[in-house]
Amino acid sequence: MIKAILIFNNHGKPRLSKFYEHYTEDTEQQIIRETFHLVSKRDENVCNFLEGGMLIGGSDYKLIYRHYATLYFVFCVDSSESELGILDLIQVFVETLDKCFENVCELDLIFHVDKVHNILAEMVMGGMVLETNMNEIITQVDAQNKMEKAEAGIAGAPARAVSAVKNMNLPEMPRNINIGDISIKVPNLPSFK
Amino acid sequence: MALKIVKGSIDRMFDKNLQDLVRGIRNHKEDEAKYISTCIDEIKQELKQDNIAVKANAVCKLTYLQMLGYDVSWAAFNIVEVMSSSKFTYKRIGYLAASQCFHESTDVIMLTTNQIRKDLSSPNQYDTGVALTGLSCFVTPDLARDLANDIMTLMSHTKPYIRKKAVLIMYKVFLKYPESLRPAFPRLKEKLEDPDPGVQSAAVNVICELARRNPKNYLSLAPLFFKLMTSSTNNWVLIKIIKLFGALTPLEPRLGKKLIEPLTNLIHSTSAMSLLYECVNTVIAVLISLSSGMPNHSASIQLCVQKLRILIEDSDQNLKYLGLLAMSKILKTHPKSVQSHKDLILQCLDDKDESIRLRALDLLYGMVSKKNLMEIVKKLMLHVDKAEGTTYRDELLTKIIDICSQSNYQYITNFEWYISILVELTRLEGTRHGHLIASQMLDVAIRVKAIRVFAVAQMATLLDNAHLLTGNMQRNGICEVLYAAAWICGEFSEHLENPMQTLEAMLRPKVATLPGHIQAVYVQNAAKLFATVLKSQEGNTDSTAAQETSQLMIDRLPLFVQSANLEVQERASCILQLVKYIQKLQQKDVEVAEEVTALFAGELNPVAPKAQKKVPVPEGLDLDAWINEPPSESESEDEQPKAIFAKEEPKHSRPRHTEVDEKELARRREARKQEQANNPFYIKASPSSQKVYQEAPGVEHIPVVQIDLSVPLKVPGLPMSDQYVKLEEERRQKARADKKKKEKKKRKEKHSGRGKKHDSGPESEEDIAPAHQVDIVTEEMPENALPSDDDDKDPNDPHKALDIDLDKPLADSEKLPVRSHRAAEALKSPAEDGETENAASQEPKKKSSKEKREKKKDKDRERKKSKEEKKKKKKHKHEEKEEDLLGGQADESVVQSDETSMVAEPPTSTSAEVSDLDFWLSNAPVPSNTQEAVTVAAAAEAAPEPEAPSGAAPDSEPDEPKDTEMEETKSSKHKKKKQKKEKEEKEKKKKKKHHHHHHHSDGGGEESVQNGTVEEEEPLPPMSNYCLLAENSYIKMVYDIQGNLQDGSQVVVSVIFENKCDSFLKSMEFNVLDSLNSKLQRPEGSGPHDGLTVPFQLPPGVSNEARFVFTVQSIVMSQKLKGTLTFIVKNEDSSTHEKLDFKLHFTCTSYLITTPCYSDAFAKLLESGDLKGSSVRLEGVNMPFHHLLARICFHHHFSVVERIDSCASMYSRSIQGHHVCLLVKTSGQTVCIDAKCDEPTLLGNVLDEIKQTFSQC
Repeated sequence: MIKAILIFNNHGKPRLSKFYEHYTEDTEQQIIRETFHLVSKRDENVCNFLEGGMLIGGSDYKLIYRHYATLYFVFCVDSSESELGILDLIQVFVETLDKCFENVCELDLIFHVDKVHNILAEMVMGGMVLETNMNEIITQVDAQNKMEKAEAGIAGAPARAVSAVKNMNLPEMPRNINIGDISIKVPNLPSFK
Repeated sequence: MALKIVKGSIDRMFDKNLQDLVRGIRNHKEDEAKYISTCIDEIKQELKQDNIAVKANAVCKLTYLQMLGYDVSWAAFNIVEVMSSSKFTYKRIGYLAASQCFHESTDVIMLTTNQIRKDLSSPNQYDTGVALTGLSCFVTPDLARDLANDIMTLMSHTKPYIRKKAVLIMYKVFLKYPESLRPAFPRLKEKLEDPDPGVQSAAVNVICELARRNPKNYLSLAPLFFKLMTSSTNNWVLIKIIKLFGALTPLEPRLGKKLIEPLTNLIHSTSAMSLLYECVNTVIAVLISLSSGMPNHSASIQLCVQKLRILIEDSDQNLKYLGLLAMSKILKTHPKSVQSHKDLILQCLDDKDESIRLRALDLLYGMVSKKNLMEIVKKLMLHVDKAEGTTYRDELLTKIIDICSQSNYQYITNFEWYISILVELTRLEGTRHGHLIASQMLDVAIRVKAIRVFAVAQMATLLDNAHLLTGNMQRNGICEVLYAAAWICGEFSEHLENPMQTLEAMLRPKVATLPGHIQAVYVQNAAKLFATVLKSQEGNTDSTAAQETSQLMIDRLPLFVQSANLEVQERASCILQLVKYIQKLQQKDVEVAEEVTALFAGELNPVAPKAQKKVPVPEGLDLDAWINEPPSESESEDEQPKAIFAKEEPKHSRPRHTEVDEKELARRREARKQEQANNPFYIKASPSSQKVYQEAPGVEHIPVVQIDLSVPLKVPGLPMSDQYVKLEEERRQKARADKKKKEKKKRKEKHSGRGKKHDSGPESEEDIAPAHQVDIVTEEMPENALPSDDDDKDPNDPHKALDIDLDKPLADSEKLPVRSHRAAEALKSPAEDGETENAASQEPKKKSSKEKREKKKDKDRERKKSKEEKKKKKKHKHEEKEEDLLGGQADESVVQSDETSMVAEPPTSTSAEVSDLDFWLSNAPVPSNTQEAVTVAAAAEAAPEPEAPSGAAPDSEPDEPKDTEMEETKSSKHKKKKQKKEKEEKEKKKKKKHHHHHHHSDGGGEESVQNGTVEEEEPLPPMSNYCLLAENSYIKMVYDIQGNLQDGSQVVVSVIFENKCDSFLKSMEFNVLDSLNSKLQRPEGSGPHDGLTVPFQLPPGVSNEARFVFTVQSIVMSQKLKGTLTFIVKNEDSSTHEKLDFKLHFTCTSYLITTPCYSDAFAKLLESGDLKGSSVRLEGVNMPFHHLLARICFHHHFSVVERIDSCASMYSRSIQGHHVCLLVKTSGQTVCIDAKCDEPTLLGNVLDEIKQTFSQC
């Protein structure tokens, strides 16, 4: 079982938090802080597993994380999950984000956290891995987005126009903080079918 | 209207959306909180509007704010509103918000039930999907109960997208509503073989999660998973299955044997590291479960260790970490194979990655031996010096202590060395583990008598140099060691060289800055030292020295009397007064030393940690009984019930306690309090010193000031542990040399010319003799302590509720509650089905009354359930009574017990599954190099239940416990045996069930017995339904036919094959010539004339049972099928093909299934007039009536509905649902059977068969 999925940046700012067990908002924030503290002090070339913190975890739980450019992707899992499997799953997640957002960067996650949630929902459900096949995930996400667009229809047009105008007002909005070399793969780890 | 819409959408355009909010927050970095609070106000405004789009937008923003840590539970109702929007876009937003912030105590959740149900059955698959995803995050017990049935329906949805989500969410439903597990399980099992890989993977996922917590209930699925494992190519699924097998093997060692080969193949073939790693892990689990039993598995261990070495040597830190992790699992059972890789592991200690170093440390624990302990610890000490960061250093420290103290200091040969290691560790700055070192010092000094002199000397030096240790005084945990030092010096003061000096050291003013509990120990032990000093000084003629010592005490103690710590103060003032008194005596030249030492006489022995718990309760002492009558609330109330229940009173009151009125009680209580207060030995509830010690106040909260470590912290006068390493080396060499000399001498004496044997070989474990004759004092235990098991499982574990037997057939009471008009599930029993349909049809259209009715129904159901439970309990009691009676029959032949179990269980699923597993397991590929062992093992496996003891025998042969390692093996073996026993017991129970099933009302001595067979009067003669199928000089086959309740067109033929000759029988093939009506079910892909392979081989003298399924169309006539069994007889030198023809006789009886029937239902059935009658008379039946009934029940699958005197009504049902009713009357030797059935031909045949049964006896 996956207990929580956290994404935060190099400064510990949460970009997505998904807890599959209930915590109060305060505890959630503490967990994010603690996890960030644990993960951020580790070197780049050390292993991607570490024992859970005080708040989230216990002897059965592990934190499995990957660091891409400015973002940390952290999964807190128990012993029923395969460590290497989860590492692959993170890779699949990031690659899927990359496909859905076309060259994903931290800003995409900042402004479209709802979309990230929707993508995640197609991969992990209630703490259990639902789908590991990237094509399948993308197909389902696209189909749902299409439905959304169809529903918005003509009524959505003015809203879109307005948001385009709003974006025009912010020419400095950077789009170049790339998430880095997304194609780094763990050696000897063919992704799941 | 249109205007309004346009206006709404224009308004909306200028509302903030999520992006605007995020942008705003980013632009207000300085006053973020203020900005957000204005945003929340806006959101509150937006939520008040009617426009759902505006609301959805607001909720979307709230979801983001929730992530930032803002409580948004106040908007829960609005979230529900958005969830119930008909547009997918908004629905998705709503469900996302709900999944992020709803939880069990969110009260609006109960409003969502109907909305979620609606979404689940929506024609749009994404509506359903979104609802399922959301529900998976916030499902509550209520939701789970109400929606379980809907979700179960979705498990068979046409879209795989929905199916996989529905399957996955079932796990959450099971957790919240465990009652749903059994009804849903069959369908879940089906999904394991779903054509869609995603659904299959989801099902595997769920079952793995379930099985991980309660593996024993899922053993019967092993064959299915095995099939999946060998066929699946999805790594994710494979990993899950392999992990599951890892959890199952400890329960069933045979499974392990079967797994080894495919797993080894996978290890060799796979390129995916994740899969390889899990395979290795499971092989390790298998090897652990097999333990030392199999000699030729060393190859597998070698393979694992080899592969792990490759992982550890890999440059990828992840693989390295996992390799070490798995290595530590092997270590527990096969330490030898790991020890050979010591070099690699020591190398990992130098790794830059802390996680890896920690894992390597774990491994070290199991790698030490007497020989290398010192070397390893020396290396660790180096690491301690180098380590940066207190966490890792603390970890190192605990590991050093763990390693040294493991299994009662087994590996320590030189305790002087160990003490000096401990003393060296005290130089660690800022460690949290001072108390750990302290407890080790205490433990060693107390338990190893020989070391006390040395330890006391060391501790005295420590006390002398206390100022060095506690540079910042009580700012670091290390001062805890002073606690130990003071205690040791005081308690064993007779060993002190210079007690006076130590006494002075203990009374230094600086001591007053130590934590209270340590000061307390100082004071107390100063008193002990004082006693010793007095004693030594009194021998001298000069009495001034003694008086000076007293003066010293009197001078220094007042410092402690002023202490803020109560304990210190109390002890100090006590001792001060004592010393003053002693001084007075001394001035009068009275010898006091004797008396003073007597204060501290006697040795303190260590007490085992659980000693108190293990004190056995003396016989006849009831700890729960009231000592006095329980105090009543008021006297008047006390009086009344006594009057009312006057008759019952004598039962409850204990004769010993005469009635005492309240006043008297109060008086006594007062007196007792008085007495306790005056009694110095009465222990009052005050915090003991021990407690104070544990709760070292505030040490951790004080910031640790780092001391510059570059200054060498050598405590003067303290020995270095290294010198002991050298000393020890020398000592060992010397010992070796001595030994050699001795041997030489011996040899010379004997004049024997034998070659050198022991000379040059490496030093073995046993050669190393400890430096001291160590007498390790064992911890004290109360006499006749009870062995207690310590595994206290967490009672709050939600998975406990899921420990449910899944093989039992479903009871009526277990169906899932249905709240809608939808037709009931197929899984429900027909009776219940009818009831719900009835209820549904009567349901009025008003919704409110529907609710009420449902509640009532629930209640009814509950009542029914409890009734049934009561009945069950009764049944149980009854069974217990019968135990003795049945005990006599227990040792009947294999055939007997097996066959009764079959009859007992009309739907044969349980027994079938259990023995299917046995067959499957017995088919394990057995290594064939040791012919004899194979036969024994095979024999043990082939005859599963009754021969279990003999099956366990070969396992337990190498069972002589040599060392601790063997002990583990033993316990695992015990488990094995226990399991087998349990199995046997199960069988027995089933057997009993046969006699008792449908024994709903306990007739007692009355004549009228309902629904029960009547064997109370006289034990029944053994009966068997197995009849001979065919026999020759090699093999004998007996068979029995049972209907399959689940499938109206199937019967199961159980055939027991018995090997009668001295050869091995193998490759048995069973084939039947199908008729138009009856066909043998063959696996898919095989032709209509192919035989079925019998799934086992038969060693000489062994019998085993196989089951074959036949499909039949018409069941009204009996019929015979011709068949052949071919097999190979294998002798040592030759093997021959043999065959045996047989005729399978399908009687009409075999299509009947024992079905219980209540007398009212029975009467209705007879009244209905659909049944046609027939009758038969049996003459000359010479047996008691209840025997006769039992025979009909047993051989012809009937159940007794009601029995009055010599008349009984009986009932049975065919697999195709024909009712068969009998009325059996007896007078003298004539038995008259009137029968009714809706199929006259069937009835005629059944009656003929009954007649035949009785003509045979």
